[in-house]
Amino acid sequence: MEQVLFRHNRPGRVVTFKEYCDEGGFNALRKAISEMTPNEVQQAVIDSGLRGRGGAGFSTGRKWSFVPRDLPGPRWLICNCDEMEPGTYKDRVLLEHNPYSLIEGITLACYALGVRHAFIFIRRGYEKAANNLARGLMEAKEAGLLGQHILTSEFSVDIDLHLSAGRYICGEETALINALEGKRPNPRSKPPFPATKGLWGGPTVVNNVETLANVPAIIAKGPGWFKGLARNAEGAGMKLFCVSGAVQNRVCVELPIGTPLREIIDGPCGGMKPGTKFKACIPGGASTQFLTPEHLDVPMDYDTVAKVGSRLGSGAIIIFEEGCCLVAATLNLITFFARESCGWCTPCREGLPFVKEVLTRIEAGGGEERDIEILREHVKYLNYTFCALAPGAMAPLDGLLRHFEAELREHIVQHKCPFK
Amino acid sequence: MIPEQLRKSLEARVAHAFSAREAAVDVMKDLQFHYGWLTDEAVGEAAEILGLSRLQVEELATFYEMIYRRPVGNKMIHICDSISCWNAGYEKILDHLKARLGVEVGGTTADGQFTLVPCCCMGRCGDGPLISIGSTIYDHLTPELVDQALEIERLSGTAAPDHKGQA
Ligand SMILES: Cc1cc2nc3c(=O)[nH]c(=O)nc-3n(C[C@H](O)[C@H](O)[C@H](O)COP(=O)(O)O)c2cc1C
Ligand code: SF4
Ligand code: FES
Repeated sequence: MEQVLFRHNRPGRVVTFKEYCDEGGFNALRKAISEMTPNEVQQAVIDSGLRGRGGAGFSTGRKWSFVPRDLPGPRWLICNCDEMEPGTYKDRVLLEHNPYSLIEGITLACYALGVRHAFIFIRRGYEKAANNLARGLMEAKEAGLLGQHILTSEFSVDIDLHLSAGRYICGEETALINALEGKRPNPRSKPPFPATKGLWGGPTVVNNVETLANVPAIIAKGPGWFKGLARNAEGAGMKLFCVSGAVQNRVCVELPIGTPLREIIDGPCGGMKPGTKFKACIPGGASTQFLTPEHLDVPMDYDTVAKVGSRLGSGAIIIFEEGCCLVAATLNLITFFARESCGWCTPCREGLPFVKEVLTRIEAGGGEERDIEILREHVKYLNYTFCALAPGAMAPLDGLLRHFEAELREHIVQHKCPFK
Repeated sequence: MIPEQLRKSLEARVAHAFSAREAAVDVMKDLQFHYGWLTDEAVGEAAEILGLSRLQVEELATFYEMIYRRPVGNKMIHICDSISCWNAGYEKILDHLKARLGVEVGGTTADGQFTLVPCCCMGRCGDGPLISIGSTIYDHLTPELVDQALEIERLSGTAAPDHKGQA
């Protein structure tokens, strides 16, 4: 199958700078600088249909187009490599095999946006990815592909790495901006959106690793080619899916957007773990709603997954087998979110521990019928928070209530977890 | 007091930044590496180097998972307790670690070698259950593999520089 992001991968090691260049690497940057205006690069990304791979799925080219080009002072680009959404490990796998597509993608984005200085924000624990990037940046600089007067043109860009010290909320784009500035990483209020007022008050674009790493291929081979890679007519491009849970092979694979869930499980994952049956999955990382066996044929694209009440999110598929208690699974997820709440706003800071308490009680056999209504109300209340962390936390709970209310009730009626 | 050489390297890091406080996380990490944890003295030194108040440094130090404002053992053991590792059975590994080390979560072993703490998703969800000891990852764990990992880390206890979970 055609691979875009994984095209340069070597088994068990990182691709070298020379190998990447020999396979056409940095030709997109050459093409853009010599043949295209910044606006044409942006238009190609709009036309390609590329949507943000960090979770929200917003059109990348359109996001770039919101950046005002006439304000005095610098503009900024930040690559989001926080990747702390449980279940998600795609950006790490990509960067451990190939840091160059991202470096080239960032440079192209800076060209389109007129950005002179970009940052890559890397989570703690991704030392190998960070080392690959640090080396890649040096190699690109020595080859005249980065820094002052790239390829002897008027275009100059520097890229800096920022190594974080670990906290999920730093992945939220405005918290990330505070973190980069060396401030306490609580989110900022939106509006103003970063596109107009972000890092040090300047227009700022925040994009995910996978998003930016797709840009070189779009420029090299054209937006039409990219769009046509998807399996479904509305879709565009390829997607990294990283699978965990009860499958035979827990792998990270690049597949066309729109590939049905069932094919991902039965194909690269080698089916369910022997002796287990599919019960449910979370399709896009911890902050997405459960899907059930009836959804196995849903094409994995943004709008199609949204239509069945969940989100494609980061493409992190977590699979649960028959016999696995989804109340306990939801409790684990809520515990994560309660711990990672940044504490800034009351509904999230107080609400998540309360929801955790109710679920703990139900799982331990002490739940009451009215607890179900309490949970349902909180799914509503926790939408009114300062940032998207708490609504994200409510997504699996919402899924539990919609698809597995009987399982919740069974805990209450039996005064114990029916799976224990 | 920190050695002159460390102070110089921290000041150089700050000089490279657009604004001094942008270097705050790097400065805290290096000071922590020097002291073993971010001591009160280190908070004061960070404040001075970054041009911040102690309270502003405190605000940052208490936010991050990998900055320790209390004494910790020579090596941190982090165990991922997020959803994919839960599904892979991290709880059994945690129980085993607690028994082997004779500590509860958050505790430091009597010999001061290890501190055990749970942590969020390590971005290796296909390889769980897993832990990190210092900067080394041990994945696809079974209780036997945990014992081996502890053995290896005890032996390399004093020789290798300890990164406390960060490079
Ligand atoms: C709590 C929270 C955590 C997030 N974590 C990440 C992350 O780790 N990586 C990421 O790319 N986006 C993350 N996002 C989404 C970012 O805010 C932002 O939308 C994204 O980086 C935009 O890039 P994209 O348009 O390329 O997807 C997070 C959002 C929230 C609310
Ligand atoms: S919703 Fe939670 S994480 Fe977001 S600002 Fe409020 S307290 Fe912080
Ligand atoms: S859930 Fe444990 S590494 Fe991601």
